Amino acid sequence: MDDSPHGTPRDRFPVTRMSAVVAASSSNQEERTRAFEVLVSAYWMPVYKYVRIKWNKPTEDARDLTQGFFLEAIEKNFFGRYDASKAKFRTFLRTCLDGFVANENKAASRKKRGGDATILSLDFEGAEEQLRVAPTPSANAIDDYFDKEWVRSVFSLALEGFRAEMLGAGKKTHLRLFERYVLCAEEGAEKPSYKALAAEFDLSTSDITNYLAYGRREFRRIVLDKLRELTATDEEYRRESRALLGVDPE
Amino acid sequence: MRWLSDNAVKRLREEADLPDLGGSKYLVIHKVGAGGMGTVYLAQDVDLGRKVAVKVMNQADSAGALASRMMREARIVALLEHPSIVPIHDVGALEDGRVFYSMKLVQGNRLDEFAGGTSSISDLLRIFQKVCEAVAFAHARGVIHRDLKPENIMVGPFGEVLVMDWGVAKVLGEGRVDADRGAKDDRTRLRVIQNADLVATLPLAPDASPGDTSGGTVIGTPAYMAPEQAEGKTDLLDQLSDVYALGAILYFLLTRRVPFEATGSAEGTRIRPPRPRQINRKIPRAIEAVCLKAMSEIREDRYASAEEIAADVIRFLDGEPVLAYPENIFEKTGRWLNKNRFIVLLIFAYLIMRVLVFFFVGR
Repeated sequence: MDDSPHGTPRDRFPVTRMSAVVAASSSNQEERTRAFEVLVSAYWMPVYKYVRIKWNKPTEDARDLTQGFFLEAIEKNFFGRYDASKAKFRTFLRTCLDGFVANENKAASRKKRGGDATILSLDFEGAEEQLRVAPTPSANAIDDYFDKEWVRSVFSLALEGFRAEMLGAGKKTHLRLFERYVLCAEEGAEKPSYKALAAEFDLSTSDITNYLAYGRREFRRIVLDKLRELTATDEEYRRESRALLGVDPE
Repeated sequence: MRWLSDNAVKRLREEADLPDLGGSKYLVIHKVGAGGMGTVYLAQDVDLGRKVAVKVMNQADSAGALASRMMREARIVALLEHPSIVPIHDVGALEDGRVFYSMKLVQGNRLDEFAGGTSSISDLLRIFQKVCEAVAFAHARGVIHRDLKPENIMVGPFGEVLVMDWGVAKVLGEGRVDADRGAKDDRTRLRVIQNADLVATLPLAPDASPGDTSGGTVIGTPAYMAPEQAEGKTDLLDQLSDVYALGAILYFLLTRRVPFEATGSAEGTRIRPPRPRQINRKIPRAIEAVCLKAMSEIREDRYASAEEIAADVIRFLDGEPVLAYPENIFEKTGRWLNKNRFIVLLIFAYLIMRVLVFFFVGR
């Protein structure tokens, strides 16, 4: 297992991944299912919170609407109608969601989609917990709120992917160090100095620099991979990369 | 899946935002500051085991125009080997296409922060003198800075003074460095030409479009810029424009006030700032005159060079008359007495002693 400070040389830029947005309207059932899972995993939380706050829906209704939205999206191939030249995918998705919820409201006789059955295992309790502790956005900031939740979703997924990759590659020290350095913010702590980390991990400060540089590089690659999956076109991918990471990838 | 807090997302974004210098000998540690064209990071030089500053272009640039400008900026700074100009170590390109260059890591305070401390006027003037000398050195090599301001000057822990951020600098004229042509011919080499009338313009202000230095383009910081610069008369910009900015920096050091804070915009009407002594009566008239001469609205009335300002500041510090201020007889006497106060005190003490001897012993 490689736990050396420099790690192994890897692609510095994302391997080309198929866009889940594009694959969502593929004629191949397997591709569609996989794309659907990717999109749901990235968007269900922003969608759920958005429905709860913007549409002021109680918990149960919001759960049903969230699941119903994604189910209908795949049944009616909503995402296949996306035109990348007109808007960002998440703007399109939010517009679809607003239309869906408005229609459901009009119908007033919204049928339960499979009762309590779930199409995916979504952590609605976790989402509710976040809603309880986070300040509620004002009505005119709801679009920004959706975007912010989307960013949270992308980074949460990227971090999960990063963890899996580091553990899979036997780079436990890289992972522990990266999390210790970066995620100490969750407890509101200041970033530890490299010197303090060196003492804590029994490494030299240059090793700390190398481990963290490797961790950053891999994490960044995974974020870009995730963005590639969640965008439809190269242009949108670049735009989102610029917005999230401050750079236009060549 | 564990959902991240706002703080954690912010930190992760910061980390992922750091440029990947994996193909170079540098490892980024954290962001130091950001400008319109590039962002500066603290980095570790793996080969030499030292900390450096790395400036990375903000955007990848497939067309090459921005990259050329960044390369040109690096060349200009590399050309200006002077103790008060931060030395460049090397230049390179990231795998995502962004150009970067590494330079000496400057630690210390920006002059605007430093001036807010307890430093005396004399200390600040000595720093200012070094700034003038660095700018004079650049002028002698045909380079004008165009964005001189206290925020672009660092004062190091050992008293060293460094003029930073040559991102909007411009190379002028005959027998000067052809950085522009060098960019096309050889991306790593500077050369000196004999009969160049071309003007190679370096990276522009953040809002300026690439290559746009035509009349009307305002480059620099309005609070410190010369009137011709504020009016966008780019063809008039030369060392006298930097002389004006030096005067504006001196104004700030004397008064702790930004000269054109009120307008805040180059396009707005510039209200002539009050004379330094109207703000603080303790400011000596001579140094006020130096400041006002450098900041003259009429270009011909300014000092002809940064070197001349430095010379007048040295005269002032040495108790000599400055060129900018014609003294009357009382002021001359006062300055002479002040400069020679030790001798004057000795003579005075001697005379008192003689008087005492005359009265008490002579009788």
